[in-house]
Formats: sequence, C-alpha cells, structure tokens
Amino acid sequence: MKCRRCGARAQVNIRSANTAFCPDCFLLYFRRQVARAIEEWHMFTHDDRVLVAVSGGKDSLALWDVLLDLGYRAGGLYLDLGIPEYSDISREKVEKFAGDRGAHLLVVSLREEGLAIPHVVKFSPRGECASCGLIKRHYFNKMAGEAGYTVLATGHQLDDEAARLLGNILHWHEERLYDQAPVLPPVGKMVKKVKPLFRLGEMETAAYAFLRKLDYIMDECPYSLGAPYLKYKEWFSRLEEEFPGIKRNFYFGFLKRRLFRQPPREAENVCTECGFPAAEEKCSFCKLRERALAGRPRKPSSSFSSGPSQLE
Amino acid sequence: VPRVKVRRGGRVEKDVSLEVRTVRELLKELDLPADWVLVIRGQELLTPDEALRPEDEIEIRFAVSGGGR
Repeated sequence: MKCRRCGARAQVNIRSANTAFCPDCFLLYFRRQVARAIEEWHMFTHDDRVLVAVSGGKDSLALWDVLLDLGYRAGGLYLDLGIPEYSDISREKVEKFAGDRGAHLLVVSLREEGLAIPHVVKFSPRGECASCGLIKRHYFNKMAGEAGYTVLATGHQLDDEAARLLGNILHWHEERLYDQAPVLPPVGKMVKKVKPLFRLGEMETAAYAFLRKLDYIMDECPYSLGAPYLKYKEWFSRLEEEFPGIKRNFYFGFLKRRLFRQPPREAENVCTECGFPAAEEKCSFCKLRERALAGRPRKPSSSFSSGPSQLE
Repeated sequence: VPRVKVRRGGRVEKDVSLEVRTVRELLKELDLPADWVLVIRGQELLTPDEALRPEDEIEIRFAVSGGGR
C-alpha cells in the first residue's frame, strides 16, 4: 500500500477515507484535520488559553501534543482519581509529558479532596463512570475558570462521539443530544468546551501517539471495564469492517443536520454551594460530595444511564 | 511462522505463532476489526496488505479505550 501523498510505503490505512499514508504524511494529515476542526467550528484562536483535560491516555496526550505543535497556548489539567496503581502510572506519564515540553500543568488530587473514586463509588447512586464524569466536569470547569483559561479541550474523538450518540439514541436520551456538538458554549461559570479530535478515529489517534512516540498509559481504567460504551465501540468497529465510513457518516450526518440544536444555554439556576449551573438548589456534584464526605451510603440507581449530561 | 503478541491495555493477552501470510489474514484469524488495533513490527505500523515473514515478531495493540479521560 502506497502513501497517497508521496508514494512511499504506507503505514496507516484509513479505510473510511479510502486512503493510506506514510508516517510523515500521516502526521501532516492529522494536524490538518485538527486545525480544520478548530477553524470550522470556531473553537479557539491563538489568543485563547486552552486547558486540555489530560488523563495520561493516548487521546488526551495526542491532543495536547498536536495543539502545542500547532502553536496554541495549551496547558494541561490532570485529575488524580486516586485509583491505586492506575492513577499513579497515569500521573507519572502526564507529568513527564508536561516536563519534557515545559508545558503548564495543573494537578488536582481527588484523594486530597476526600473524593478518591474508590471511596466515592460506595456513596454514589450513579454508576462508577457517571460519578467519575460528574466529578471531572466540576473540577475541569472550576480549575479552568480559576486559572484563567478561556477554553477547555477534551480528547474525545470520532469513535467516542459515535458510540455516545448511538447510546443516547438507543435509550432516547433526547436532551443529551444537545451536548454532542464539538463545541459547547460557556454557561454561567462554565467555560467553553471543545473536542478538536472529533474528525479523527480512535485508530488514528493511536497511530499518532505511536508515531510520535508518546508515552501514554495503555491500561484501561479498572472501573470502565464492561461499560456499555465500550460495547458500542466494538459493535461500530465490526460494522465499519463491512461498511467503511459508516461511523463517520453517522456522526457527521448528525452534525450536518444540526440535530444537536442547542437551546439557549443560560444558567437558569445556580448551585447554592459552588455557583455552577444546577437543576435544583444544589448541583449533582455538591450532593455527591456531601454524601461521600459524610459517608452516607448510596441508594440504588433507578435506571440505566449511558452517560451523564454535560450540564450536570 | 510469525509470532504474535496481542497486547490489551498494559498486559499481553495472547502470545501465539500463527500460519498467516499477511496482516489481513492475521486479523481475520484473530477476529479483530482493522480499525480497532495497531499492528506493529519493530518501530513500524503495518497496513492490512503487508506480507508477514516467518521470522517476524508482531505486536497487536488495542486502539480502543473507554475510561479515565
């Protein structure tokens, strides 16, 4: 297989685009896809300070790497989840990445906050991933605002978005479709959120991380094993074998039809504790925090959830 | 016969020798979708049409992740 651009031996085959690239041309293609996503969706400019939520995994480190490479003022935020071994390894990878590049890194230890994930899940009525997501979103917004960042960027790529969209449609979580655009405007104290990797598949971010020799954590979070979201991804990959490009058609078709139509995102209510948007007097994060710090046991979850809303 | 290590997360899930001639045959044999994994030989990535040599040591690395972001 030859590189479409220069004719050298290809190393990355992108079936959905019926093309293949050698390492150098693939890295160029990858950067161009990210730059295109940023420009087309008006995500941010070179004047913005962009905070990248980094886990130590391939996607978030690839995103941080490519943003620095494109000349953006990108810092990182690492949330130490307090998961034995997994968090220690991932934190080390992130700190090394930031240190090697002289990039600004913020670290929040959930253990020090009394909210280490192994502790919180005992007191949460939500599933593990939903509880973790809720906590992450709170700290991402809090830290971005406090540190003067104007935009929060996450490493969600096409496979993440397609799998999440599928889950939301299968369960008719209509209200969650609003949050599936690659850009979410700021609401109240919450900063603008963007997903600059949405044009690229998961295999492409893995190939980028490999070719750039990024040292990322390969272990899965022990709490995510068996999550429905991973099943959707597997199902999509098998479907993609038969129908190359179907994942892209699915998510891009959703975007093209503007089915994510965002309602005015005004913060109607704010949490009396933290000041972030809330559906009730206290936001879900503050309620969970209160329960976890007080050591109150959880009530069983009443329904299956494929993932929490971005607002809560 | 190429020797293949399938790495999922940080651990080696499978370490086998398989009578396959190409990456495509290898993935078919292991029932793995091509866009789900990286196929690695040394410092290079292999595309599905790539021929495998009997002395090859191949690493298959799962691209998919789901949590901890």
